[in-house]
Parts: sequence; structure tokens; C-alpha cells
Amino acid sequence: MTTQMKLPVDQQAVQAFSEKNGEPGWLSSLRLDALAKAEELPLPKPDKTRIDKWNFTQFASHTVDSEVYASLEDLPETVKSLVDADKQENLYIQRNNTPAYLKLSDSLKSKGVIFTDILTAAKEHPELVEQYFMKDAVQVDEHKLTALHAALVNGGAFLYVPKNVELEEPIQAVYVHDNAEAALFNHVLVVAEENSSVTYVESYLATEGAGESLANIITEVVAKDNARVVYGAVDNLSEGTTTYVNRRGTAARDAKIEWALGMMNDGDTISENITHLIGDNSHGDTKMVVVGRGKQKQNFTTNIRHWGKNSEGYILKHGVMKDAASSIFNGIGKIEHGATKANAEQESRVLMLSEKARGDANPILLIDEDDVTAGHAASVGRVDPMQLFYLMSRGISQQEAERLVIHGFLAPVVTKLPIEGVKQQLTEVIERKVNV
Amino acid sequence: MASTLVIKDLHVEIEGKEILKGVNLELDSGKIHVIMGPNGTGKSTLASAIMGHPKFEVTKGEVLLNGENVLEMEVDERALAGLFLAMQYPSEITGVTNADFLRSAINARREEGQEISLMKFIKELDKNMDFLEMDQNMAQRYLNEGFSGGEKKRNEILQLMMIKPEFGILDEIDSGLDIDALKVVSKGINQMRSEDFGCLIITHYQRLLNYIEPDFVHVMMQGRVVKSGGPELAQRLESEGYDWIKQELGIEDETVGQEA
Repeated sequence: MTTQMKLPVDQQAVQAFSEKNGEPGWLSSLRLDALAKAEELPLPKPDKTRIDKWNFTQFASHTVDSEVYASLEDLPETVKSLVDADKQENLYIQRNNTPAYLKLSDSLKSKGVIFTDILTAAKEHPELVEQYFMKDAVQVDEHKLTALHAALVNGGAFLYVPKNVELEEPIQAVYVHDNAEAALFNHVLVVAEENSSVTYVESYLATEGAGESLANIITEVVAKDNARVVYGAVDNLSEGTTTYVNRRGTAARDAKIEWALGMMNDGDTISENITHLIGDNSHGDTKMVVVGRGKQKQNFTTNIRHWGKNSEGYILKHGVMKDAASSIFNGIGKIEHGATKANAEQESRVLMLSEKARGDANPILLIDEDDVTAGHAASVGRVDPMQLFYLMSRGISQQEAERLVIHGFLAPVVTKLPIEGVKQQLTEVIERKVNV
Repeated sequence: MASTLVIKDLHVEIEGKEILKGVNLELDSGKIHVIMGPNGTGKSTLASAIMGHPKFEVTKGEVLLNGENVLEMEVDERALAGLFLAMQYPSEITGVTNADFLRSAINARREEGQEISLMKFIKELDKNMDFLEMDQNMAQRYLNEGFSGGEKKRNEILQLMMIKPEFGILDEIDSGLDIDALKVVSKGINQMRSEDFGCLIITHYQRLLNYIEPDFVHVMMQGRVVKSGGPELAQRLESEGYDWIKQELGIEDETVGQEA
């Protein structure tokens, strides 16, 4: 029996939160409407993972106040190492639910680029945010968690790149979780207008020990005609944090969205990543790496839906499972009727490091059009003993040989991340998770 | 310093089937030995078993490197003790660059804190790659991934030159090479030739010996060394084939599993 747990916040609390933030009317009413739906709607049903006993709805407090960082000098060491203080001119740091640091270069400001926390954006650019917030990529009423998210959004970022503006340096965001009482309802909205180009890289990290907590994260990327968005992420939330993370994009004609996702949470995680290739000649490229350890249960659904003609979709997922960790990798390439000459390719590989670990790679191709190409490859296996023999025959120890093979296996995504500090972060997290 | 590698009465099985039936061989540093023989006589099994290939089980015998039985060592310990196997089919390893791999292999031989400096490593690597006429970008490519047959063989010799073992066992290093590549690979092996390096070359073909002059030549049949001699033996094999040996020893089928 699934008892409908009562939510820890009511209409009044949400109303008060919205007023305190000086939100526009549309957002207040969207929240209230969503809260009512959250009570009614069922949980999502990720294929092959049962989540009805997972805690997505109970938390100590909706929003906690944390101290801001007055300067980059005040950042915790783990965060400092992510940020190149001398070079990084465009940076948002959020501490639990509090916008704690923000920097955007004058040159980008003058070009009309907007980069700020999502609640400030709603206040200062209400019409712009309203145009895209939970409209095309993710809908409020898809299920309980999207509705709950909409009702309770308490963090995240808004990045807007005007027409014809091409950003060369990556935009960086860091989300620090150091208070177990803080529940993260982060919403990241990236809008790239026609012919624009932007790279956004975010890192989630938990600086101290678990406690029970939850994260309900939604990203929406809107790439207009001929825009290009590169979206990098390293998720590294703590063992006690149950995470629902939904990252979606819509690509218009000739647009390209590339994802490089390092899924390194230590807690139970449901991840959904969908790219809608709406326009003709649009292009979606998803690269994801996962390391599972301990007893964590995870589900990664990666989906590219082809609507446009000549649309190209590539999914590459590599996962390493150790201890008694269990992960489901669902890869879906869906070609809609009319998307002629579309090409849907995917590859999922899972490397098992222990007897008790579990990994399922499920490649799915759904095709409603004749004139298309598609392909998939999937495998679940152990470290190849011939590779170990080869490396060890050069004097490399078994442990080091395994380390090389595993890092090599995960390299396709690590090398994709455009910020050196974040690449380093992912490499170190992998090191830590694989070797301990 | 003179080293010895002594193979004594070596018996090896794969999946319960005996392939080597008592191989005896003595190698000294400073000398090049060649093992020849038709297909299926156990030559490659000998090479793999000495290095500790996981699929082969040694049921009897010893392999002594300077008096120590390497069969009791792990694969990496055998390498650190001074053995090197250039493989017939080197593994491809995604995501690990050739350069990183080589540096790990070199540093595995050094104490912590005594790792080779990056500058020195790159200099050494560049020099050897030039010598083997390898494209410089092969240092940054993933280990053997997408390498042609010839590139893989050169890469094995590159590792040999970088690692500088006491004994190199080269398993069909010449197979699948065109004449130019064969010359380059031979040049690398000849470059290694010294009082401190011993070598065991396994080959089907006499043509490699046009470029590398061996000190000793051995013939394997039915999982044993059946004949040994000097370079003149290889020449006779080239002109007359193996039949005369079979006749001399009363062997009808030289492959493993057949008895004289």
C-alpha cells in the first residue's frame, strides 16, 4: 500500500516563501497549483527500479539560511580547488539554499548575458523566466516529483545568452551541500538564443557527513536555432541524500546540445536525462559516467527523442559498480514519425568490480519512421584478465593495472569536461570511489 | 652482470590439455636465441607460460631467473625481476595513453619519490620513437587502440627499449609485418643487443634472421625442443624445411597431441 505521506509544507508556507522572495504573481500561483498536484500525483516509475519506499517528500525544513562567502578566499578547500580564482570570471556558488557568491564579467553583462540565481532571475526578469520555466522541457504535472519541485524551488541558476552571442569561457556553478537539514530543490534554466553558444559546468558536492536529506533537481536547456550548449555536471552528493535529478534539453533547428555528466552521488539516485531533438539537423550528444559503491541503488535513464529530420543522437554511458551497489542503465533512442534520415546511436557499458554488485544495461530503440539509421551496443562484464596480464607483464601491480583500466574506461566523459578544476574533481572522486 | 634464464622440464596445460611436455632451455644474457617450428608445436605457449598468462597452467617444471623460480611469482613480479614478453596480440586499453602507460611501467621499477622526471621521460620516449620511425602522436593515443598490426609490433619494441629488461621474449614479433616494418623492428632488437640483455625470439619465418643474427637456434615439435644448433640450423630450415628433422626423429605429425 502506498500511503500518501503528508507533505511537510502547506499552502500557507509556500505562499509565505514566495512572498518573502518578492516573486512575480505567475510564480506564486504556479507554486500553489503545483503543491496541490504534488499531493495527488503518483511518483514517477523509472523502469526496473522500485522507488515507492524512497524518501522524496519528507525533509526537516524547506529552506535553511547559510552564511554567504564574502570572497573566494573564504571558500572551503574542496570548493577552492574547483574554481580557478584568477581566471574564472563567471561563477555562481550556492551554499545549501543560499546564493553565496556571484560573479559575471562586465563584458558578458554588456552583451546582455544574464547569469544569476533562479529566484533573483524570477524577480528581475519575470517575463523572460516565465517564458521558459517548466514549459517545454519539463512539465509541472508529469508526476509527484516534478510538481513538488515546482512548488518548492529554492535554488538553482538562470543563464540567458542572447542571439549571436558566443561565449568562449565556460560559465561555472558550484552547489555546496553542508547542512543535512537543507533540502535541495534546485532549478537550472539555460536559454541559448539563435546562433549563440555557451558552456555551463556545475558541480554538486557535500562537504560533510550525511544525515538524511533529499535533492530534487531539474535542469532545462533551451537551444534555439543553430545554438550550441555544452552542459557539464559532476554530482557528488552524500550517502544520506536521496536524489531525483532530471536534466532535459530541447534543440531547435541546427541546434546542438552536448551533455557530459559525472554521476558520482553516494546516495540512492534516480537520474533522467532527455534531449528532444525538435528541429531539423539538430544534434544531441550525451556522455555519462557512473561509479556506484556501498549499497546504493541508482537508475539512469538517458533518452534522446528525434522529431526533426536529419537529427543525430548519440548516447555513451560507462558505469563501474562495486561492493553491493546496483544500477540500472536505460538508454532510449526514440525516432518519431516524420523524422526521416534521423540517426540514433547508443552505447552502454558496465564494469563490475565485485560479485555482489549489479548492473543492467538496457538499450531500447523505438522507431516510428522507415528512413532512419540506428544502432546500439551494450555490455556488462568484468575487468578483462588479458588487459591486466598485459599491464602487469610490464611490471605494473594488479591494483595499479585495475586503476588504469577503470580510469581509462571512464575517460571518455572525464576528458570532455571543459573546466580543468572540475575535470580534476571528477578524476579525484572516481579515484576515491573506486579505490577505497 | 651476466644473467641466466633456465627452463627445466616445463609442462604446461590449457583447459586440461597438455601443450608443453618437458621443455628444457638455457639462456644467457648477451645471447640471442631463436625458437622456430611449424604452427601448433607449443612455441607461443612457452612464451606465455614463462610470463604467467592466466589461461596456462604449469603442471611441472621450473623457470629459473638467476636461480629464482619465477613460476612462484605474480606476473608483475616476474616483470620486475627482469622478464619482458612482447606479445603476439597486445591488448587494447581505452582511455590510457601510451605515454602514461609507459611512465607507469618505468616508475613501477623505481622507489617512491624516485620517479622518472617528466622531461627525462619525454626525451627518452621521443628518442626511441624516432629510432623506430613512429609518429610522435602515438605517444598520446590510447594504448594499442586502433593501432595497425605493424604499429602494435613497433609499440612492443618501443616498450622493450624503454623498459630495458634483462630478458626479452619476443613472440612472433615479425608476423604480419611488411619488409620496411620488419627492418625497423629488427633495428630495435639489434639496438638492445648487449652483454646485459638476453633474448628469446619466437618465429615461424627465417626472414627475420636476415636482419638479426642469432647465437642459437632451437626447433620445437610436439611440445618439446627437439633440435638445437647455431645460425646454420636456421639456414638449413630455410632451404630444406622441417621434413628432414621429422625423418631424423621419426615424427609424423609435429603438432602437439601427437606422439612420436
